[in-house]
Order: sequence, then C-alpha cells, then structure tokens
Amino acid sequence: MSQSQPIPAHDHSPTSPLSIHDMTVSYHRRPVLWDVDLDIPDGRLVALVGPNGAGKSTLLKACMGMIPRTSGEVHVYGKPFEKNRHMVGYVPQRESVDWDFPVSALDVAAMGLYRKIGWFRPVGRAHREMALEALDRVGMADFAGRQISQLSGGQQQRVFLARALAQNARLYLMDEPFAGVDAATEEAIVGILRSMRKEGRTVLVVHHDLQTVSHYFDDVILLNMRVVAWGPVKEVYTGENLRKTFGGRLTLLSDAAEAFASRPGS
Amino acid sequence: MIELVWLPLDTWIVAIAVVISMACALPGCFLLLRGQAMLGDAIAHAVLPGIALGYLLFGHSDPGVMIIAAALMGILTAFLVQLVHRVGGVEEGAAMGVVFTSLFALGLVLVRRAADDVHLDAEHVIFGAIELAPARVVDLFGWDIPRGLLVSSIMLLLNLVFVFVLYKELRLTVFDPSFAEVTGRRPGLVHYLLIGSTAATMVVAFEAVGSILVLAMLIVPPAMARLVTNRLMPMILISLVLAGICAALGHLSAITLPQVLGFEDASTSGMIAVVSGFLFLGVFFFAPGNGLVPRQVYHLRRAIRTISEDVLGALYRVRELTGDGKAGVDKAHLAALLGGGIPLFLALMRLHRRRKIRKSGDLYILTDAGEASARRLVRRHRLWESWLVEELGVRPDHVHGTAERLEHLVSENITSSLEKANVGRRLDPHGEEIPDKEGSDDTDQNVT
Repeated sequence: MSQSQPIPAHDHSPTSPLSIHDMTVSYHRRPVLWDVDLDIPDGRLVALVGPNGAGKSTLLKACMGMIPRTSGEVHVYGKPFEKNRHMVGYVPQRESVDWDFPVSALDVAAMGLYRKIGWFRPVGRAHREMALEALDRVGMADFAGRQISQLSGGQQQRVFLARALAQNARLYLMDEPFAGVDAATEEAIVGILRSMRKEGRTVLVVHHDLQTVSHYFDDVILLNMRVVAWGPVKEVYTGENLRKTFGGRLTLLSDAAEAFASRPGS
Repeated sequence: MIELVWLPLDTWIVAIAVVISMACALPGCFLLLRGQAMLGDAIAHAVLPGIALGYLLFGHSDPGVMIIAAALMGILTAFLVQLVHRVGGVEEGAAMGVVFTSLFALGLVLVRRAADDVHLDAEHVIFGAIELAPARVVDLFGWDIPRGLLVSSIMLLLNLVFVFVLYKELRLTVFDPSFAEVTGRRPGLVHYLLIGSTAATMVVAFEAVGSILVLAMLIVPPAMARLVTNRLMPMILISLVLAGICAALGHLSAITLPQVLGFEDASTSGMIAVVSGFLFLGVFFFAPGNGLVPRQVYHLRRAIRTISEDVLGALYRVRELTGDGKAGVDKAHLAALLGGGIPLFLALMRLHRRRKIRKSGDLYILTDAGEASARRLVRRHRLWESWLVEELGVRPDHVHGTAERLEHLVSENITSSLEKANVGRRLDPHGEEIPDKEGSDDTDQNVT
C-alpha cells in the first residue's frame, strides 16, 4: 500500500498497534508536524526516516502524550494511548538522561517493571530476576552490577533496550537506538528487533542511516513535517520519495510555519 | 586551654541540629541528582513570605500551618520558575533568580511589617537562632522537650517515609522523567511532592539555621555522599550519617573554637556550614576510590609492584646470561635499567621483606623464592612475545615493550588462555628459552 499524497482517510481498526489520525503538533505556535495520518500494521519493523528537524522525535512524543497535540487523535490497539499505556514500550534517546546517575545497569532494566510492580512497592527479587533476564537478552547480564557511567555508549544503549524489553509491551517506540553505537552493538540490536518481530511485537524506530533501512526494516515512514510517503520499504523507499523528503525544503509549508511563529512587531 | 562547658542546653541544640540536618539531606539527595541544588536555595528564600504571612495572620508560629503554607509556597516557586522559563523563554537559572529574589524581597517586607508584633528580624532570617530553640518547650507524655526538636523530628520522619515509600518512583523520575511519564509514573506529581517536602523542611530548618546557611545542610552532605558511593541507597544513608556528623561537629566547634581563636562567639548554624565545607574538602581528597589521595596511593602501589616484578625479571635475565647462580646487580645498574627514585627504593624494600632477594655486598641476588617468581614472570613475558608474533603477526623487534606491560597481568583466565595458545612452544621469537611452568603461581597479584 504505497502512498503518496493525497492520503486517504483510514478506518482505525482496533488491530492496528498505532493509528494516528490527522495529528498536528506545534512548538510555541510553530507547527512542526502537519496532518499526520498513519496506521502501523501489526508485527512489523518500521523505520521513521527524515531530515533533522523533520519532527521524528516529536511524532513519537506526541503519540505518547509527552507533547500536547494541537489536533488529531492517536489510538494504540484501538484505544487512546492513556488507556493502553501498558502496551507501549519506549526507548528514549540515549542523551536524554544523565549517565552519571548512581544506579546500576540492573536498576535501569528493572525500571521497565515499575508499572507492573505498582506504586509504593519495592523492587523484589523476582523483579530483579526478570530484569536480569532482559539484560541477558541484550547480552549485558555480565554487566548487571556496573554503575551505568562505567558502560560504553553501545552498552548503555543495550541497557535502555533491556529496560524496554522488561516492559513486555506489544508496540515499541524507539528514538534513535542506533545512534553512536559500534557495529557489534548495531548487529546485536538488529537481532533483538528481529526476535521481537518474531514474538509478534511491532517496533517503530527513528532511524538515521539511509543505507540500512531496506536491510533492517519491513516498512518505512518518510517524514518531513508531514508524511511524505509510507508503506513497505520495497514500494516506498524510492529515490524520488527520498528526494521529496530530504531534497529541497517544503517551501510553502515551512514559510507558513514561520508565519505562525513570528510575533507582531518582532 | 580549651574549656569545654557542656550544658544540657547544648545537648538539646545538637539534637535539634542533627535532626534538622538529616531531614534536609533526604530531599537534598534528589535535588542534587536532578541538578537542581540551586532550586533548593531558591525555595529556601522563597518560603520567607509564607513564614512572614504565617506570623502576620496567626500572631505566632503554629508549626503545622507554617509547614503547609511553606510547602505550598515552595511548589508555587517551582511552578513560577517553570512558568517564567517556559512562557517567558527565560533561561532556567535566570528564571530562578527572578522568582526567588522577588519572593524573598516580598518576604523581607512582610517580616519588617511583622516585626512590630513578633520577634522576627533580618538576622534571624540569615543565621537562624538555634541557640534559642531549646528555650521553648512542649510537654510530651510528661516530658519537657524543646518544641523545635519535636517539630524537626516529625519533619525527619515525614521525609523518611516520603523517600522510602516513594523510593523507586523518585529514582525513576529523577533519572529519566520522560520514561516515567510514558509508563504512567506521574513524574510531575512526584517532582512537586519532592519540592513540597523540600519547602516544608526549609521552614523547619529556617528557625534554626536561617534561610541562607540551610543550603549547606541541603546539599553538602549529599554531595559528599555522592563522592563516596556510586549507588543511590548507600548515598542516601551515608548522607544521613554525614549530615549528623556535620551538625554535631558544627555545634562543638561553635562552643570551642571561639576560645581558641580568641573571638567572642560563633553561631552554631554558621559553624555547621563551615564544618560541612571542611568535611567536603576532606572527602574530596580522601574519599575511598574517588578521592585524590587514594587514587595517587593506588597508582604508587601499582608502580611499586610493577617495578618489583621488573627487578626480579632483570635479576633472572642476568643469571640466565652469565649462567652464574650467584650473579647479582647493584643498585646503580637497576636504577639505570628501571628508573630509580623512591619507587625503586620501595620496591627493593618490598622484595627484601618478602625474601625474594638478598644482598651480597652491593649486589642484589635472587633467593630461591625470588627465582621461582622471576621464572614465572619471564615465562609470561616470553609467552606474550610468542603470542604477539605468531598470532597477531607483530614484528619480533616490536613486541618487547608490549610484553613488558602484559607480563604484569596475572588474571587467571588470561594466563590460562595464553598457555593454551602457546602449547608446544619452547623458544620465544628472539630464540630465548621459555622457562618451564613449575609450582603454583604465588606471584603478587597485580591487576592492571
């Protein structure tokens, strides 16, 4: 289902892990995402690709209610995100936290279980074992006791992945899990993504490396303030669509965004 | 001569100071980790109008009302800072500066207004009046205890409950608020609870130590604890202990030091801050693991071990070359070979003490035990050389320096892998014999 403009209206099937309908998001009145419509199919690895400032992270965050939406709706398996929060796993950008924080790799992995553990209850032995299993899946079990600042960038990224695995969600949103990791870690992460797909999970990944998109992913979303194209990689990931996404600014749209942002007298 | 006059009053003062200090350290740990130590300062100042309003409205200070008013004031401060920061587009530090100075100034005006009715003046605002705290007592199950102690104990208890009941939520929201948000852990709520707890604690501390020095209690013990440990729970517990020590030593210094230094008197709150500062320096230099001095000591000890092993290696090679079991080397030659100075001197002392070498005239000679250690060392050296040449294809004239460093590794895993990789080799790349493995490896452990 290769699609370019115009994007037809979707019926939001309850089976779609993530269904976005006409979502617009603005920062300080400057629109950064226009009229996003997406229906992510179940059990796929999906790359979210676009130039800097295209709104990739914003799209993830707006889906999870971390950034207010100006308009539009987001449904996770047929219900608003807030109702189906437990079905969503999240891997934020690695730079978003302070890695000097005095916790161990195991402590971080266990954070994926906090929702399950519930308020006021401590992390028990069974939970620590589950966290250790998650670390084991990403090949970090030997580093469970390490303080996180003593890990390399790639290892830190794996710890984040372990935390997400511990969440045991059905839909995963990952913000640049491949950023700044070495080749071995990249391969390990791809292996984990594939095993997640085998378990029927859906993973949406903000991805930067245009070379590897068709190798790693089933579907691709090309984003530049709006969805330029999305669908199976084979059909959508074409030179022309890439040019539309990366080449030349979408002048009229960006001009409009500037106009919204500018204030009278400034 | 220091004349220590310790009155029951002093015991009460120390008790109050210790309890307040510990109560401050709890939220302090999390503020510090959030990188918001200065928000503590902002709150400490901004609660002043709340306190002054309390005096004005109720004539006297009812602790319950004051604490709640201050907690709200603190939350208002944090909220206003965010508002100025987000809406006004002002940098966060500047936003804090705007909000807390304004509120503090408002507070001072109100204090001025209240001063006609109640005893509250600028000096109190700055230094507090812990010396006066024991004067006001309340009756608790037939015991007369200072009201300040009762109030601060309740505060400490509340903070302990807060931090330990919400321990994992605090840890998550401070470490990764966005993940906390996505997983429905309400980071905003947890943060404002932290701010509320900080503000309430500030008010309790305010009476005793004033609104400026309280920052020492809020931040310095957690900062010291952070230097000592890499774990959150130990950090919290250590900061509690250090907070208590600072407070107790602070008062002790306040009543003894003025005699020594020859001035009239010192305020307990001021001395707590001074003691905290000095303790911090001490921790900075001497903290196990991270402190400057232990790090230097560690490096020196490692250097001595390495040189000791190099001495053994050198003596062994001399014996090998001359074929003379009694061949030795004098200190000047060893120094020329290995670099002299204190490390060599200490290394020779160490080898002597362990009976690895003995001295005959000016010459140092291997003992039997020394020879066994040296043999294993040289074996490792030559195994490494062989391995580097055969497995990695390094040119034979390039491997000595690398092997010289690798030979000091005695990790069992590495050594056994090295043995396996070199099975059957008798000669090293330079044609020298690799000594046999014999006996157990009792070489000094040297972890690199």
